[in-house]
Amino acid sequence: MTKLTSRTGLSRRALLKGAASTAIAAGSTTLGAPMLWAQNIKDVTIRQFGTGVSNLNDVANKVKEDLGFTLEMTALDTDSVTQRAATQPNSFDIADIEYFICKKVWAAGNMQAMDTSKIANYDKIAGTFRSGLLTPTSTIAQGTAPHTVGFTSGPNGTDFVDEESGWMTLIPTIYNADTLGIRPDLIGRPINNWSELLNPEFKGKASILDISSIGIMDMAMVVESMGEYTYPDKGNMTKEEIDLTLGIFTEAKKNGQFRAFWKSFDESVNLMASGEVVIQSMWSPAITAVKSQGVPCVYQPLEEGYRSWGGGLGISAALSGLELEAAYEYINWYLSGWVGGYLMRQGYYSAVPETSKEFMTADEWGFWYEGKAAEGDILSPTGDKLAGAGEVRDGGAFLDRMGSVVCWNSVMDENQYMVRKWNEFIAA
Amino acid sequence: MKKLLENRNVTGWLMVSPLAAILLVFLVMPIVLIVIVSFWRATEFSIIPALEWDNYAFLFGSPVTYTVFLNTFKYAFITWAFTLVIGFTVAYYLAFHIRSLTWQIALFLLCTIPFWTSNIIRMISWIPFLGRNGIANTTLMSWGVIDEPVEWLLFSDFAVILAFVHLYTLFMVVPIFNTMMRIDKSLIEAARDAGASGAQILWNVIIPLTKPGIMIGTIFVVTLVMGDFITVRFMSGSQSANVGRLISNDIALLQYPSASATAIVLLATVLITIGILLRFVDIRKEL
Repeated sequence: MTKLTSRTGLSRRALLKGAASTAIAAGSTTLGAPMLWAQNIKDVTIRQFGTGVSNLNDVANKVKEDLGFTLEMTALDTDSVTQRAATQPNSFDIADIEYFICKKVWAAGNMQAMDTSKIANYDKIAGTFRSGLLTPTSTIAQGTAPHTVGFTSGPNGTDFVDEESGWMTLIPTIYNADTLGIRPDLIGRPINNWSELLNPEFKGKASILDISSIGIMDMAMVVESMGEYTYPDKGNMTKEEIDLTLGIFTEAKKNGQFRAFWKSFDESVNLMASGEVVIQSMWSPAITAVKSQGVPCVYQPLEEGYRSWGGGLGISAALSGLELEAAYEYINWYLSGWVGGYLMRQGYYSAVPETSKEFMTADEWGFWYEGKAAEGDILSPTGDKLAGAGEVRDGGAFLDRMGSVVCWNSVMDENQYMVRKWNEFIAA
Repeated sequence: MKKLLENRNVTGWLMVSPLAAILLVFLVMPIVLIVIVSFWRATEFSIIPALEWDNYAFLFGSPVTYTVFLNTFKYAFITWAFTLVIGFTVAYYLAFHIRSLTWQIALFLLCTIPFWTSNIIRMISWIPFLGRNGIANTTLMSWGVIDEPVEWLLFSDFAVILAFVHLYTLFMVVPIFNTMMRIDKSLIEAARDAGASGAQILWNVIIPLTKPGIMIGTIFVVTLVMGDFITVRFMSGSQSANVGRLISNDIALLQYPSASATAIVLLATVLITIGILLRFVDIRKEL
């Protein structure tokens, strides 16, 4: 017995010695890290998640090529994105989220503020995301406008501030103006108002999206267009206004106005391409996807204006050291133009249009941004033909489209109540 | 030590302990947690431990809850009726009309082949078939049966129930077939000798003896339909709701406490339903 103990004691001591020397060796490599930075960053893996719109494999491949590190992407639907950002801070490094989601999750403290002095193209970011003004004379639309939740008071801020404080919650990347999508071949007459969504003419052929924060805004646009009610602020309804809005839509639902509701991007594409639905709330790339199947589809500009949204990249609070550097590196690369050009060619707007221009042909820039007639074929980033010579983008130039935005996707003070009422609407 | 193991009480406890431990960790614990969370409070981005009846108050205070529960029972009942008739017929054919055991097994396996593909794929493949410009409508129009596409084929209660029946009939076939195979053939011969007609044999001999199988199939189908949410979502185009969808919507909107409360009420409802069903047939006695 005694012999045994002493033997174990010996080996344990030897083991400790070995462990100590390994630890020292490991420590010295880490200390020497700054010099080996370029090699080290290749081992970094950045985990990004977000909605399908901008989580593209092409971006991950290009990151590997240009920056050397690995970008892992997870695409989820809007609700799951919110859920993950709020409840699983350790499951991501970069959150690619919308501004209204940011309003919901920022206070949870799962994300860290970003130092704008480290963002090389900060000065080139569009005014909408900084002062809130598209042009010096424009008015700010209702709802959760990006600049109202874009800045926080300091590195550890959990609040939102109005001025450009130098600490951003999200670095803006993408935005667009949304409207209704229609099948011109099946409708056969001009559509000019949001109220057409509830027009009995399209009974059983309409659809709306089943994502409460976005759907309620589309509904508000319809209700105003019908002349039923004018909201003081669509982006922040009172309980009575929520009841009124959902009441009108519940009645329409019971009358069989809707063919289906959709939750994910591809559902909206299938509904439209198969002809089940001829008018519905839709997102820009979904129109592109329908068109690339050879089915006519128009992103119809409407008299009342657009509902808009913006997205950006946020960094997890858990990120530090080399990973944090890599994240900044990635965000700077993101704003440097290649991704912007890619997104613009899908019909979105890049938050830094100047740099994206360098990655587009003059014809593409003219078509997508300036609203000019295409000179040749306009191709999607994956090579499908979207428009031929002489065609013009639905809604025209950037300033015409973004200038007609009347509300942003929102989170209301009465959000909890709205969500429950929304659930009832779906179940009704 | 040896003496202890010889004690029958101790061995008995030791033998049940692995199963008991598994049930405790994977069944009892999660349910207890769900019960606890159902009394908590949720805000936008956080869940606050509390002891409030708010979630239940909202649930029972909303007329939508009753409609949705009613809808859930409606789906369960109609699906049950269809799967029972189809399942019983298929099992009867397999058990009494097919004479050779080889063919019985071969045909039985044939019934299970669709189960080699994913549940969701089998469900979604109905969508292009039933759609406005789908195969069903184009065929009916080319035959001249209808002039305009039939709208209620897809995104309707019809579509939901059709998918349920398609997905769950096998759960009825298997237990009924199993009990039918164990019916002593001489009983049927005796009934025949005593002058019973085919219908009388079916009603007085076969059905009473297949009751346990029917009951097991019923429990499968009812619990599967009552707990489902994805079939209802896809086949109704998100337009109808059952309790499962209510829960999944709550979860998507981060309302975990409210989802838990609904889940507890659903669990209680299903248990009561099964309790009532088991009053009719004592499965353990019959097995």
